[in-house]
Amino acid sequence: MSTEQNNEQMPDWSQYRGVLVFVEQRSGTAKKVSWQLLGAGKKLADKLEVPLMAFVIGDQVDHLADEAIYYGADRVFLCQGPELQDYRTRPYSRITLKLIEEHKPEICLFGATGTGRDLAGAIATHLPTGLTADTTELDVEPHPSRLLLASRPAFSEKMMATILCKQYRPQMATARAGVFQALPRDPERKGEIVLIANPTEGEQIATEVVNFIEQTGTVNLEEAEIIVSGGRGLGGIEPFRLLKELADELGGQVGASRACVDAGWIAHEHQVGQTGYTVRPKLYFAIGISGAVQHTVGMAGSDVIIAINKDENAPIFQFAHYGIVGDLFQIVPAITAEVKKRKAAKEDPTMAFKV
Amino acid sequence: MLHIVVCIKQVPDSREIRIDPVTNTLIRQGVPSIVNFYDLHGLEEALRIKDELGACVTVVTMGPPPAEKSLKECISLGADRAVLVTDRKFAGADTLATSYVLAKTLEKVAEEFGAIDMVFCGKQTLDGDTGQVGPGIACRLDLEQLTYVGKVIHVDPEKRRVRVERKLEDGIEVVETSFPVLITALKELNKVRRAPMPGMIRAARFKPTVWTTNDFPDIEISKIGLKGSPTIVSKTWVPEVRKVNGEKIAGVAPEQIAEQLMEKLWGSELAQKLGWA
Ligand SMILES: Cc1cc2nc3c(=O)[nH]c(=O)nc-3n(C[C@H](O)[C@H](O)[C@H](O)COP(=O)(O)OP(=O)(O)OC[C@H]3O[C@@H](n4cnc5c(N)ncnc54)[C@H](O)[C@@H]3O)c2cc1C
Ligand SMILES: Nc1ncnc2c1ncn2[C@@H]1O[C@H](COP(=O)(O)O)[C@@H](O)[C@H]1O
Repeated sequence: MSTEQNNEQMPDWSQYRGVLVFVEQRSGTAKKVSWQLLGAGKKLADKLEVPLMAFVIGDQVDHLADEAIYYGADRVFLCQGPELQDYRTRPYSRITLKLIEEHKPEICLFGATGTGRDLAGAIATHLPTGLTADTTELDVEPHPSRLLLASRPAFSEKMMATILCKQYRPQMATARAGVFQALPRDPERKGEIVLIANPTEGEQIATEVVNFIEQTGTVNLEEAEIIVSGGRGLGGIEPFRLLKELADELGGQVGASRACVDAGWIAHEHQVGQTGYTVRPKLYFAIGISGAVQHTVGMAGSDVIIAINKDENAPIFQFAHYGIVGDLFQIVPAITAEVKKRKAAKEDPTMAFKV
Repeated sequence: MLHIVVCIKQVPDSREIRIDPVTNTLIRQGVPSIVNFYDLHGLEEALRIKDELGACVTVVTMGPPPAEKSLKECISLGADRAVLVTDRKFAGADTLATSYVLAKTLEKVAEEFGAIDMVFCGKQTLDGDTGQVGPGIACRLDLEQLTYVGKVIHVDPEKRRVRVERKLEDGIEVVETSFPVLITALKELNKVRRAPMPGMIRAARFKPTVWTTNDFPDIEISKIGLKGSPTIVSKTWVPEVRKVNGEKIAGVAPEQIAEQLMEKLWGSELAQKLGWA
């Protein structure tokens, strides 16, 4: 990233119009980030008064082209073939490049996933153009500048940076999963589907996908209605069991601060915050979490926040609707027990009198 | 013998970094420097292949002259050769300009020290934090590209093939490809060794090969450094978060607190939304 240079001439980019989103899929199932990106892309396209485009590459993925339209795309490019079943850099990037060269979008968005980053990194170099990694905010300046304002957490505590790409088109960004909101799926929505031929068809591709071992964990923080998150205050792996019990009882999921992930107590897919997931559940518990800004930016949008911390001055209390000052090791089991009691009472009203 | 190149970057220790509010650039003075730890995992894997099959390992970095220290660290661990590409004209490079210079460097490494079979990069750097430089190099040199590799299963120097596990969000992909290949390393790839005593002694006296723009007669100045970088930091700011300063729940016994809390929740709009009521 370089610093701003002034008095530069903007080249004529009037041929480049529209926003293009990569629909990432595996075995015919789209990654949720794809629809989230269409949601983000729609806002940009509306502001620029241009169509929102999507592209789907794979084998037997017609239905995803329809889905992309339901989620907001006006035009979908579809490239299919058995040899495209698995993502491989070479064929996928050749197809994407052909698409970009022919249809000249001004903005291209990819999920900041393994596949999205792999593909975007190759394409941006080929074109060449600027690529902003891991964005968490996307906006655009209206005509005539039409600049993409791609913002991401910067390498510095408490910082965000907006990155521009003035001298090249398209403007490219990868965007983090779970940050942007998908539009509601509308199966009545109409759009255009354009079939694209695979320019690498019949070519020998050196890379071969031998096997895929699915490991979808049960965590899906972006969709959870209730999240029970723990921080360094838990002191180790074992106390996460207490949180799991409460989460199970409430039908929620377990989250964590980065401190716990860095300590190796829990996997990164549980991390909430600037470098983890941005979540908006209906109920969020922050347990033994101090409330550093990098954590709170990822959870402050929750409907109801409950903080449990033994330090009454912990910043997390400023974000909490209900703050409990006390020892988590006593409070959490008590809450779990209380929830059990109320659930039992609901299922069997007579129970309420027995306890 | 296999020739493996490892791209490493000396990065400021993340906790100590600040941004200059006037220029919006990173202030690197006074911040301790380390080898980007993903890159060390790339080096370790190259050294393992060397231990097992025999290989010559060349470490490459683009950076300011003090980056020599990081190269020496790689030598102490067992790398055979180290190249420092340094020039004021390279400064201010984003990922596009960086991958251009590193691709040029690798071409020159191949010319001077022999064709390259494998390249290791880190998954991403602690400072740039993009993971784009590896794919950029692969693209420019037309190498096969295997990103997010958590395990190298098998290297076949005869067939010139490699089989690895890529670790993705939804699972593990077993994938195979041909040399020349560029692999980006995750920390799961291996456990980085400690420098042995003879390595440390060798490193103390070691001087890396140093190349400047003068050593690349055909380099296009418009593609390097700040000028060659399409991305521009336009502003930085501190994210703000909504503060609610809600009510405190206190009580003597945890059971009391729990009951009070649940009483409030059960009576709230939330309970309806969650279907508790
Ligand atoms: C670039 C960058 C990105 C970052 N991204 C993220 C991110 O995405 N997510 C994130 O979470 N962090 C992130 N961080 C880290 C963040 O700055 C904090 O370091 C981190 O959130 C602190 O985690 P914590 O609250 O669990 O730990 P601490 O700050 O150590 O807080 C622990 C809390 O537990 C309380 N406690 C201790 N024992 C008990 C007990 N028995 N009962 C009750 N309370 C107790 C303590 O009073 C304290 O308030 C990032 C940092 C940087 C530099
Ligand atoms: N200046 C550099 N010199 C050598 N290698 C680099 C440099 N910058 C990046 N790399 C390599 O590219 C990887 C990804 O970097 P980045 O795209 O900045 O996250 C790093 O882990 C390094 O292996």
